[in-house]
Amino acid sequence: MPPAGAAVSAEDAAPIALRQRWMAALAKAAADDLECAWQGLRAPPDYSLLRPAEVGLAMIQGRAGGNGRRFNLGEMTMTRCVVRLADGTLGFSHIAGRDARKAELAAAFDALMQRPDDRERLLDEVIGPLEDSEAVRKQAMAEKVAATRVDFFTLARGD
Amino acid sequence: MYVAVKGGERAIDNAHRLLAEARRGDSQTPELSLAQIDQQLALAVDRVMTEGSVYDRELAALAIKQARGDLIEAIFLLRAYRTTLPRLAVSSPIDTGRMTVRRRISATFKDLPGGQVLGPTFDYTHRLLDFALAAGGGGTEPVATQPGDAAPAEGMPKVASLLDAEGLIEQEAPDAEDASVGDLTREPLEFPADRDLRLQNLARGDEGFLLALAYSTQRGFGRNHPFAGEIRMGEVEIEIVPPELGFPVVIGEVTLTECEMVNQFKGSKTEPPQFTRGYGLACGEAERKAMAMALVDRSLRAEELGEEATAPAQDEEFVLMHSDNVEASGFLQHLKLPHYVDFQAELVMVRQMRAQAGAAGDTTDE
Repeated sequence: MPPAGAAVSAEDAAPIALRQRWMAALAKAAADDLECAWQGLRAPPDYSLLRPAEVGLAMIQGRAGGNGRRFNLGEMTMTRCVVRLADGTLGFSHIAGRDARKAELAAAFDALMQRPDDRERLLDEVIGPLEDSEAVRKQAMAEKVAATRVDFFTLARGD
Repeated sequence: MYVAVKGGERAIDNAHRLLAEARRGDSQTPELSLAQIDQQLALAVDRVMTEGSVYDRELAALAIKQARGDLIEAIFLLRAYRTTLPRLAVSSPIDTGRMTVRRRISATFKDLPGGQVLGPTFDYTHRLLDFALAAGGGGTEPVATQPGDAAPAEGMPKVASLLDAEGLIEQEAPDAEDASVGDLTREPLEFPADRDLRLQNLARGDEGFLLALAYSTQRGFGRNHPFAGEIRMGEVEIEIVPPELGFPVVIGEVTLTECEMVNQFKGSKTEPPQFTRGYGLACGEAERKAMAMALVDRSLRAEELGEEATAPAQDEEFVLMHSDNVEASGFLQHLKLPHYVDFQAELVMVRQMRAQAGAAGDTTDE
């Protein structure tokens, strides 16, 4: 298999950290949100399936005591997919769960975002909103959890 | 011995149809959706994922529905489905220190950095049946929120690290990065088993079995004086390194429950007195399971720590060979298979022995 993003020259390639960021956002997004984002593109490009979505397992490894030797906790379902745009750019996805359509869309977005022309726009219009809704959901949960914080300090009267 | 018995196909087919009807129940009652099971029987889903050893809420919900709520049967279904899927990746070791915490408590320090948050817990409920739920009116009170910067500035360091700083607790050492990690789904269990295999076995093990074993250690069968150093539950990102990319990517988040037990240890010839550790980790919200696992993990370390191993929970072969409810259930339930020839042989023998005993009795009578 050719290296990721073969159609994009080395100097135009996104920094790995940036690519990790959008891949994480795409993997954690709800399938419906990805579908909406795809349908919302001005001109959704054609792509071919270089490796059609494949469902399988990822073994989750933990560490004894949280930081000691590794052990196998159990597996989780995951789906991976590779797409190719007409210009040869490859897009990859590795996502939790068994949603083939979501894996395909995540790979297609990954391919699009490797093209410098599309990258900034998609970061603003797709990845940003996905991250925002995730942050809003997390903040809402954090506020509910914070209300269950036990304040033992009020009971400690050592002075 | 059991032998193949021919015939009965129609009866079996009809029995399965009857099962399907029984599964559905009264058709006047609305059918359960997988989303309802996932959302409203969430802890059953968590148990099936943990012991079925596949994290997939929808599959676990389907298994529970198909098994009519028999969780061990559902675990069996999930394990069987698992064998049809290829393994595509092994995750990077998870970092529970970076968990998005929804619950975090410690029974050892009241004022720990980051504080204690109860989260959604059954603790402190009065265990009184709530008839408002029966009337479909439960859960209407709005959830309290504490707006603002909800996450404490100091983060939530692991409790063990507080003791670590003083050297009062044994250190956990990571294994070499290229060391192999034992995998029970690939190789059969052999003894003595290393801690990686023991932890995997316990993570998949039956909650009831581990609970009973853990309880036995508390009651004195292999006493090891545990304190719940820390229990935390929340979401952790799972990362893999796809070979075609060569860098780590997040594939999603899973909910995990982790328990770190802190145990007394009087020291040995080589080790100063210090606290030792037992570790529990389970998928979803599975606090009882994680706690029981941590106690049994610690008790199985008896030999390593130079303690006398006298109790069932300290006997690794006893524990690890009997913890799997799919294996146990299979061997137990095989007793239902036809043992007609076996039993005929036993019958003949018992009759013969009785006849002989009778004849001998007759002789003495004379």
